[in-house]
Amino acid sequence: MSAFVVGVDVGGTFTDVFVLDEAEGAIRIAKVPSTFGDQSRGFIEGIGEAVDDFAQIRTVVHGTTVGTNALLERKGARTGIITTQGFRDVLEMRRRDRPATWGLRGSFEPVVDRSDRLEVAERVLADGSVLEPVDPAAVQDRAKALSAAGCEAVCVFFINGYANSANETQAVEAVRRVWPNAYVSAATEILPEIREFERLSTATLNAYLQPAVSSYLDRLQSGLKQRDFGGDVLIVQSNGGVMAVESAKRYPVRTALSGPAAGVIAAKAIAGAAGFENLITCDMGGTSFDVSLVAGGKAAIAAQTSIDFGMVVRTPMIEITTIGAGGGSIAYLDQSGLLQVGPESAGSNPGPVCYGLGNTRPTVTDANLLLGRINPERPIGGKLEKLDVAAARAAMEAVIAGPLDLSVEEAAEAVIRLANAKMAGAIRLVSIERGHDPAKFTAMPFGGGGALHTGALIKEVGLGAALVPRFPGVTSALGCVVADMRHDRVQTVNRLLAQTDFAALQSEMTAVAEATEEVVRGSGIAFERIERSYEFDMLYLGQTHSIAVPLEIPPEGLDQASVTAAFETAYRAAYGRLLENIPIRLMNYRVTVTGRRPAFDMGVFAPAGGRPAADCAIGSREVYAEGRFWTATVYERLELEAGAVVPGPALLEQADATIFIDPGLSGRVDGFGNLIISGREGQQ
Amino acid sequence: MEIDAVTLAILKGRFEQIADEMDATLFRAAFNPIIAEAHDASHGLYDAETGMTLVQGKSGLPIFVGAMAFAVKSVIDKAGPGGHAPGDLWIFNDPYDGGTHLSDFRLVKPLFHDGRLFCFLASVGHWHDVGGNVPGNYNPAATEVFQEGMLIPPVKLYDKGELRQDIIDILSANSRLPLSLYGDLNGQINALDLGERRMTALLEEYGEATAGACLRQLKERAATMMRAQIAALPDGTVSAEDWLDNDGIVDEPLKIALDLTVEKDRMVMDFSRSSPACLGPVNISRATAVAACYTALKHIFGEVPANAGVLEPVEFRIAEDSLLSVKAPKPVGGYTETILRMIDVVFQAVAQLAPEKTVACAYGTINALSMAGHRSNGARWVMFSFFGGGHGGHHQDDGLNHGNAPISTATIPPLEILEAAYPVRFTQWALRPDSGGPGRHRGGLGAVYEIELLEESADAFLFGERGKFPPQGIAGGAPAAANRFTYQQDDGAHEPPMVSKMVGIHIARGQRVRLETPGGGGYGDPLSRDPQSVARDVARGFVSPEAAKRDYGVGLDPAGAVDPAATARLRHPKDQKETA
Repeated sequence: MSAFVVGVDVGGTFTDVFVLDEAEGAIRIAKVPSTFGDQSRGFIEGIGEAVDDFAQIRTVVHGTTVGTNALLERKGARTGIITTQGFRDVLEMRRRDRPATWGLRGSFEPVVDRSDRLEVAERVLADGSVLEPVDPAAVQDRAKALSAAGCEAVCVFFINGYANSANETQAVEAVRRVWPNAYVSAATEILPEIREFERLSTATLNAYLQPAVSSYLDRLQSGLKQRDFGGDVLIVQSNGGVMAVESAKRYPVRTALSGPAAGVIAAKAIAGAAGFENLITCDMGGTSFDVSLVAGGKAAIAAQTSIDFGMVVRTPMIEITTIGAGGGSIAYLDQSGLLQVGPESAGSNPGPVCYGLGNTRPTVTDANLLLGRINPERPIGGKLEKLDVAAARAAMEAVIAGPLDLSVEEAAEAVIRLANAKMAGAIRLVSIERGHDPAKFTAMPFGGGGALHTGALIKEVGLGAALVPRFPGVTSALGCVVADMRHDRVQTVNRLLAQTDFAALQSEMTAVAEATEEVVRGSGIAFERIERSYEFDMLYLGQTHSIAVPLEIPPEGLDQASVTAAFETAYRAAYGRLLENIPIRLMNYRVTVTGRRPAFDMGVFAPAGGRPAADCAIGSREVYAEGRFWTATVYERLELEAGAVVPGPALLEQADATIFIDPGLSGRVDGFGNLIISGREGQQ
Repeated sequence: MEIDAVTLAILKGRFEQIADEMDATLFRAAFNPIIAEAHDASHGLYDAETGMTLVQGKSGLPIFVGAMAFAVKSVIDKAGPGGHAPGDLWIFNDPYDGGTHLSDFRLVKPLFHDGRLFCFLASVGHWHDVGGNVPGNYNPAATEVFQEGMLIPPVKLYDKGELRQDIIDILSANSRLPLSLYGDLNGQINALDLGERRMTALLEEYGEATAGACLRQLKERAATMMRAQIAALPDGTVSAEDWLDNDGIVDEPLKIALDLTVEKDRMVMDFSRSSPACLGPVNISRATAVAACYTALKHIFGEVPANAGVLEPVEFRIAEDSLLSVKAPKPVGGYTETILRMIDVVFQAVAQLAPEKTVACAYGTINALSMAGHRSNGARWVMFSFFGGGHGGHHQDDGLNHGNAPISTATIPPLEILEAAYPVRFTQWALRPDSGGPGRHRGGLGAVYEIELLEESADAFLFGERGKFPPQGIAGGAPAAANRFTYQQDDGAHEPPMVSKMVGIHIARGQRVRLETPGGGGYGDPLSRDPQSVARDVARGFVSPEAAKRDYGVGLDPAGAVDPAATARLRHPKDQKETA
């Protein structure tokens, strides 16, 4: 009897399925086109490609873009807000920002129209005292009005609710009495944290997503059930952990970065098994380059992000830094004659010039093609038969090479070098600027295009090595299978240390941790163990930005001295010097409960029956690098045996990626089928 | 030295990243919200000989992009030839040499490599309180700089690596908020230390000759780019005038006039017809005036880099001792209001040449509102913030509601943070109906902020503008609503005699102050606005039914839908033909 764990990543073009057969220790992979309108169809079909009997599936883990797309395309439900008298416009006023520093053009449409934002008299002060109680009857009038107007979801948001949620709770109960609806929430249920706009925006976007995400998950579950699936469904959150379907329906906003987070989790697991604890993941798509940092086996977490201008989501999420440099990024000369690459992109349609779909401005992909790094007869992704080299050459000549008086190859290499420099900048941003030494980090490309550039990034930033996983194209689906369950909670405290009752605080934190652990246990998933961690957001009195202070609760209990010491350690690490005689403020506490799922054996990727490098060479191509042509051997990547060494310049081809090993670097296949690229002498 | 195109493009990115990283370091570590939240700070690299701006961070306050060069130059002049040594760090806030106002403290650090001065690194940040008559230093009643705060000429905070603690002692003794000052100063020092480390690594990697040649080329290319932008405008001379309400001392309007000439790839910005220097604090130094024009041009021509070369093809005519070129000790604390008006006249002038290139005027005042007092335990508190308003309409769309000022990228502190820190509560924080200038594309809406005092008593101070002269529209668009401030006293609501400026408004527990800020000006004839858009604005409460009729000529039925017959009558009262 087999037991399958299935990871499914639904992307913009393809739905990737990764199946682990736990009994056999084997894997299967399937790739089917994503289905628009209803992603759940492609989801079921994709699993069906790899698994005949759904009854044998124990767990399905899903990285979804349904929430992200609903936000970006503004396709959530009509949502109402009931708020404190005088504050109906908080959502629309944002933090008084603008989309771009220069130009003063730009506008903002909040997801909730002004006519669906209604006020009631009530007021809580910053110290938590209730200045004016809320009248439930008045709240019910507003709820009826919103319901009559056609709203499907409603968010109740009161000023200073983080300090005392009594009025908000009463109001939510009043709404539920007259309007039985699963999509009624109080802002502090979603995020009991100070800063009204960020809390309201997060809670509103959550309400806005609830109906769409819930009905999608219902369709998904019933589709699975029809195929006799009887196991559990888990959803990947932006924080890199998974949650149960019931949690996902309640907190859909936590899926905003579900897909990319799954990729980072997979990268962490693959690299960890291969012995690399410090990692920079690089996901190069058509328009953007996303990087994230894993240090000491832990992914960097950001407190909030903007999905679009003014659409702030404040929940812990894997920190992903995006710059506008992808395969479709357009190269041009600006009005001063300076070479530029991106951020404008030809995307995938019309795409690069070599796609022959009408674009005439050269892109990064065109440059890679002209330098011999892409095989025009074997484009990745399988959408096109072949690539138009002549058109790419003509475009490069007309736009870059001619005006700069360079050869076409020189121009193409200049475009690649500049694109690499931009990617290197993004990597510096997440590494050097955070105090990390890049020499201790390994770059890990996933997605289709990144592996052409990683060698150059090693040289440009001084990274230790690069690791190309065996199947770069299905990394996110694998991430679903390996992710742990994780739930984060936050609560604003906003007290000076000298005025904090640490015993009371500790018992409150412990109670929150217990309740969260119940949620994790209640999911029905088997865990190896459940872990708790605590963190404080702290700052000096007078500062506005807090720092994250990791904290162990000592056996003798929390006290001012131990918390001060933890703060000072964290502050010194962040800024170098402590400030004297300034009181310290405790802004928030954070509790994270992680259910560790059984470790995944990366040995399943070990190349079986591989051959020595020399036997895998399938030809050669002239590649241009460092100002000259080289003859690069082309290898069939998946046939290389463990231990095979490939000196650069070389090209390694497989269905979902092309890898370029630059001159002076070399690649080695490890026991898990990964390709490790590093300097020829300094092999890991 | 010849630099290849790729090295140039790559090093440009590296330099910008270093400046950005200095910005980010200060924003994170700063104590006062004006830097930490509002980003009223800036960092960059400056020429070793002339002090000209080489590279500046993207996230700092736009106005400093032009002003910092003058600050670095004043340090160069003070030190004299050969007067710099490794480990030196200069500090000062003299606004006549370095531009802007006393609140902005500048730190300038010579960067040495292999024993030679390569360039300067500089940091500027707006400190919370630098003494003077008014907490937070926006003193609309100042007639001399001495009433605005302490004035520190360029002095060495570090001398060859040695900290001069006595300087910090002097600064601390002159501020109402010495802890905040100490925290911000440390943040700026950290940012410059980081810049030095990054630049040193870059110079090790590429060598001085290459890096220096790149910086020179970037300047030349910035000038080339600016010339190309100017050349794309039609030749000719256009004029625009706008007004400040008053200087806070004498209630008379002050004129900012621009005669702008475009001749092929050169531009002349002639402000000669502007008012002479005034008694109150809305004067600015010439350095500030030039920086304001730079900011306006960068809004219009977005692609031009933050580099001194941009101003090479632009000639400035600013009369000595006019409002726009004063010398010590004329007060300059309200410089933000004057430069916002300068930006407005640049927009209005360029709109006459190429309306699609620019935007209608934004709300045009920083509205520095402070409240201060003592808590029942005797502790002093100072709440100080800038407030937002609408952006102008433009040829593509309506203006943004509740944006930040064109001279800054400042965000507003959350009201929950303000309420947690100070004894106040907001009773309203909302968009202001009918505040956007009517136009085919309406100006964005301003805001209403109403604040109630929770302690026994406090004093309020306001430094605003646009109380009498509202933000203008362009291309036939109409003006926005003017700024309005009211405060409660025992006998009811009052307005300041000077409309938008007042000091020492004494208020008691339970009394409120109320600020209603301007929207942005409109773009294009309001009668050509799509009636459906007007109906939507009315449904949202952005525009009142009366204003829909009066300003847009749109009649609505009782359900709020467009009444086509009434609209036709309103828009074409006689038998006039419809114009598209």
